[in-house]
Amino acid sequence: MLSDNPALLGLFTIVVGVGACLAYFFFSNVFLDKVLFPARGPNAGKNINRANMIRPWLFLFPALFALTLYLAYPVFETLRLSLTDRSQGGAFVGLANYRQMMNEAKFWEAVRNNMLWLIVVPAASTAFGLLVAQLTDRIRWGNFAKSLIFMPMAISFVGASVIFKLIYDTRAADQNQIGVLNAIWLKFDGGIGSVVFLQLLPTLLLLAFAVVVAYVAWTFVRGIVARGEDKSIWLLPLRLLVAVGGIWLIWISLSSAVGVWIAEVPYGEPQTWLTLPLWNNFFLMVVLIWIQTGFAMVILSAALRGIPEETVEAAIVDGANPFQIFFKIKVPQIMGTIVVVWTTITLTVLKVFDIVFAMTNGQWETQVLANYMYDKLFRANDWGVGSASAIIIMLLVTPILVWNVYNARKEMK
Amino acid sequence: MASIAGKKSGLTWAVQISVAALVLLWLFPTVGLFVSSFRTADQISSSGWWAALFPAEQNEVYRTLDPDETRVADGDLFTVSGNIFEGEPREIRSWGVSSRDVSAYQPGETADMGDGESLTLLADGSYVWKGNDKQISGRGQRVFVTATVPPEFTLENYQTILFSGTGQDNMGKAFFNTLTVTIPATIIPIVIAAFAAYALAWMEFPGRALLIAAVVALLVVPLQLALIPLLRLHLAVGIGKGYMGVWLAHTAFGMPLAVYLLRNYMVGLPRDIIENAKVDGATDFQIFTRIILPLSFPALASFAIFQFLWTWNDLLVAKVFLIDATGSTTVMTNQIVELLGTRGGNWEILATAAFVSIAVPLFVFFAMQRYLVRGLLAGSVK
Repeated sequence: MLSDNPALLGLFTIVVGVGACLAYFFFSNVFLDKVLFPARGPNAGKNINRANMIRPWLFLFPALFALTLYLAYPVFETLRLSLTDRSQGGAFVGLANYRQMMNEAKFWEAVRNNMLWLIVVPAASTAFGLLVAQLTDRIRWGNFAKSLIFMPMAISFVGASVIFKLIYDTRAADQNQIGVLNAIWLKFDGGIGSVVFLQLLPTLLLLAFAVVVAYVAWTFVRGIVARGEDKSIWLLPLRLLVAVGGIWLIWISLSSAVGVWIAEVPYGEPQTWLTLPLWNNFFLMVVLIWIQTGFAMVILSAALRGIPEETVEAAIVDGANPFQIFFKIKVPQIMGTIVVVWTTITLTVLKVFDIVFAMTNGQWETQVLANYMYDKLFRANDWGVGSASAIIIMLLVTPILVWNVYNARKEMK
Repeated sequence: MASIAGKKSGLTWAVQISVAALVLLWLFPTVGLFVSSFRTADQISSSGWWAALFPAEQNEVYRTLDPDETRVADGDLFTVSGNIFEGEPREIRSWGVSSRDVSAYQPGETADMGDGESLTLLADGSYVWKGNDKQISGRGQRVFVTATVPPEFTLENYQTILFSGTGQDNMGKAFFNTLTVTIPATIIPIVIAAFAAYALAWMEFPGRALLIAAVVALLVVPLQLALIPLLRLHLAVGIGKGYMGVWLAHTAFGMPLAVYLLRNYMVGLPRDIIENAKVDGATDFQIFTRIILPLSFPALASFAIFQFLWTWNDLLVAKVFLIDATGSTTVMTNQIVELLGTRGGNWEILATAAFVSIAVPLFVFFAMQRYLVRGLLAGSVK
C-alpha cells in the first residue's frame, strides 16, 4: 500500500528516518553509559573515561558511514572499473579504456570545450560578481539590486536552459522572431550601427582583455627574475604555466580582433545560435555565468565590506581616483576571497551536466566531459570508458581538493 | 575635498544607471519566460514576448453574415449589414477582401469588387455589403482585417500543465514526485550531520583533525564518480531504482557540506555555556539536544535551504537513481528535458512547465534569502 502512494511513503520515511536516527543516538548513548561501561562499581572512573573515548564515534558513525560508502568508496571503485571491461565479465584490461577514449574525437572535443568553460565561466562570473558587488556597495537600493541578481541561483540548470532556449529561438526569415537574440540580430544591417557594435566594440573589448591577461601574466612571470619574490622551486612550473596560458590567450584575442574585421557577417538572416560551432559553446556558458554571478557577488560583496575603512580613506587623502582605489587598494585585499570564488565556480563548471544535456546534448560540437561520461555510462552502456572519463574529471578536481585541504588545515592551527 | 564631492554626484549617477542596467539584464530572461507562460500558443508564435506588453497588430479573418437569411432588398440591389466583431471590438488599421491583398483599404473606404458589388467597412467593424441577387448569396463575404489587439493574458496554460493536460503535458504528478524526493532528502541529512558536527566541534578524540580534512576533501569530489558504483550497489542489495535509492544518495551527497557548515558554526558557539552544562552534570547527548541544536538554528536553516534547492533542482541523481523504465516516478526537471525534446516548439507548454518548477525554489529563495547568504559565506569564505 505504501509503495502505491509516494507522498505517504515520503512522510513515512521522514518519520521512520528521523525517528530511527534519534533512537539510534539516544539508545546507543544509554547502552554505552548504562550497560557497557556503567559509571558505578569498582571501575567507575575508568569506565567514564572509556565511555568518553567511544562516544564521539557513536555520534559520528552514521555520517561517516554515509560519507565512506557513498563518496569515498566510489572513487576507488570507479578507478577499478575504469581498468576493467564489462563485456569481458569485468576482466582487468589495464589502460585499454583510456586508450580507447583517447582515440575518440568526441572525447577531445569535450576536453577542449571543458577548457574553454574553465577559462571563461569562472573569469566572467567573478568579474561580473566583483563589478556588481562594488557598484552596489554604496547605493541605497543596493541590497534590492543584489537580491535580484542573486535570484538565478535558485533556478535549476534545466529551468535556466528553457529560459535561454527561448532567448536563442529561431524562426524562418519571413516570420516574426520570438527569440530576443535573433530579434536584435535582425536589427543589424551592415550600417554604421553594425560597425560600432559588432566590430569596433568587440575589438576594443578583445584588446582590453589581452592587456589584462598580459598584465596578470607579467605579475606572475616577473617573480622569476625580480628580487624580493618567493623563489621557491615549486612555484616555477606554476609561473611558466601562467605565462604559456597567457601568451595563448593573448594570441587568441588578438587574432579574433583581426578576424572581427575580416569575417563575412550574414546580416539579415536569422541564426540558429545553438548550432554554430564554437560560438554555441559560449551561448551555453552564458547560462552558467548568469547563474553563478550572484554567488560570486554575494561573497565578494561581504569581502569588500570587510576591508578596513582606513586603507580606503588614506588612499583618498593621497589623491587616488576611484579606479585606483578599486584596483590598487580593494582588490589586493580581497585576493584570497577572489581565489576561493574562482575555485568554487571552477568546481561547478567541471561538473556541469544539466545545461549541455538539456540544450544541445553535446551535438554541434558542444560536448563536455560530464555529459560525455553520462553518454558513455547510460546510452552506450560502456562502463569502462565512462568510468575512465569520470576519473579524468576527478584528476582535474584534485588540485583544488589538495589546495582546499591545505588551507583548511592551516586554518585550524 | 571639494573636487571629490563635486565629482561624486556625477559618478553616483553613472553607478546607479549601470546597476539598473545590470539588474534589468539579469531579470530579462526570467521575465521572458514568465510573460510567455501567460500567452496562448498563437500569441507566442506570432510575436516576441516583449511585444505582449503592448497592443499588437494582428491579422484576422472574419466573415459577414449569411446573405440568404439576412439580406435586405433595395430595388434591384440587396444589402447585408452588421458588425464583423461580435462582442469584442478592435481598432481596424487596414483591411481587404482578398487573401492576396489583406490591407488594400483603410477603414471607411469602400471596396469595389466588380459588377457593382461593393463592401464598406468602418473603423468600428460595421459594414455594408451591396450587390445584385447573384452576388449577395451563398456564404458570407470574407473580410481580412489588420487590427490592433490589446495585451491579453491567459491562465489556460497553467490549467493544462497542472490539472487538465494529458501525458507529458501534465506536471501534476511530477510536482508531487519532486516534493516526495525533496523533503526526506532535506530533513534526514540534517539530523545525521548535526550529531557528527557536534562530535567534530566539541569532543576530543584522536584523528579529529584528519576527519575534518577528509570532510573538506569529500566536499569537492564530483558526483559523477559515485554514479556507477552506487547504482551497482543499489541493484545488488535490492533497493534498485526508486525513492529509497534517491533519498539515500541525496542524504550522502549532502553530507560533506552539512557536516562542514554545521561544524564551522558550532565551533563558534561560546565555550562557557557548554562547560557550565558539563559541570552541572549534563551528558553530551543532553548538551547536544538542549543547547547546541537550538543555538545552531541559523546554520541548520542555511543547510536546509541549500539541500532543498539542490535536491529540487537536481536532474542527474534523479535520472540515475530514481527514474526507472516505466517513468512513473519522473521528477519535474526530467519531464522538462523530455518536453524540450518532444515539444521543442510549443513554448506555451515549455514556459509554463519550467515556471511551475522554478516557482517553489524562487519562493523559498526570497523568503529565506538571509539564511542562504549566511550559509554561502560560512561555506566558502575560508
